[in-house]
Amino acid sequence: MLSGKCIIDALKTSGIRYILSVPDIVTSDGLLWPVSRDPDFRLVRVCKEDEAVSIAAGLSFGGVRSLVLIQNTGFMDSINAIRVMAVEYNLPICLMVGLQGLEPGRLPAESGKYSVRICPPLADVMELGNHLIRNDDDIPVISGEIERAYAAPGPVAFFLGRSPAA
Amino acid sequence: MMKRDECLQVLSRHYTDQVVVPAYQAAFEWMVICPSDLTYLTTGAMGQASSHALGLALARPDKAVWVLDGDGSLLMNLGSLVTIASVAPENFHHFLCHNGVYEANGSHPIPGQDIVDFPGLARSAGYPHCHRFDDLDDFRSRIGDVLGLDGPVFIELIVEQGAVYPQDYVQLHSAERRARFHAAFNPPA
Repeated sequence: MLSGKCIIDALKTSGIRYILSVPDIVTSDGLLWPVSRDPDFRLVRVCKEDEAVSIAAGLSFGGVRSLVLIQNTGFMDSINAIRVMAVEYNLPICLMVGLQGLEPGRLPAESGKYSVRICPPLADVMELGNHLIRNDDDIPVISGEIERAYAAPGPVAFFLGRSPAA
Repeated sequence: MMKRDECLQVLSRHYTDQVVVPAYQAAFEWMVICPSDLTYLTTGAMGQASSHALGLALARPDKAVWVLDGDGSLLMNLGSLVTIASVAPENFHHFLCHNGVYEANGSHPIPGQDIVDFPGLARSAGYPHCHRFDDLDDFRSRIGDVLGLDGPVFIELIVEQGAVYPQDYVQLHSAERRARFHAAFNPPA
């Protein structure tokens, strides 16, 4: 079980005010729709994922915390923006990435989907700290890592190993 | 056709304490023409200036933000026009230096060099105010009024290279410059 509500609570605990997102079927019902109705968040719907990374960078200079909520395909599409802003410039870019196509019960490394299998290793080779969130027991890492990202500062990526329940 | 640096010199006469997000060639020139710690040089990846500026405008709605975009840069991030228009920050003026070429990369023509209508794209995306200037005297006489409009405002400047300025990539990627911007953007209460 992975509770969307518990993830949202963790984001609120971490002071996340902006959600910057391109819709992803993995997170649509459990995260993005609830966020869109939650007055504690301001949702910015972007056209392409690297926009979200750059908006997050700009927000961070004003001390405004945000989460980039995207799909693994969008993660790969925004690698150049992540490379420079998050890693080279050490900005607190927090990414939550749905692994679209990950088979139930499998780890990303065990997936038959190339687009899923390569994402955590891509993050590793970019020296982008990342965590797999598969069930509710993993959720406490979210707020701690977001705090660390803004304190350091530096980036963090959370890969969602299943669809959060609405 | 206007010289880009002459346009920026005209614009600098209206500068008080705005945040300015210049892209590449405009950045090199703006750093010399109007030096300020509120010049944001952190765009990093080509095309991203407008999106960084949106984040800054949302973080500080009390602060005017000017983007000095390039045509090749904006073509890499055209969707940002739609995102910005839908968020509709009132403190956002989006300048586009349109020279029709990738000046930093051999002056190859941009796609659609003689076709693309940038103010038309911005207007269709939802920018309520879109302007085009190709005459320096006209720009000089009307820019004050345009800067007084609530954003998002799109201003295309038809330009060519003017004087040659140092291409100071060290400043562009300087951690010390980022720290100075951060301090200027967050002054003590």
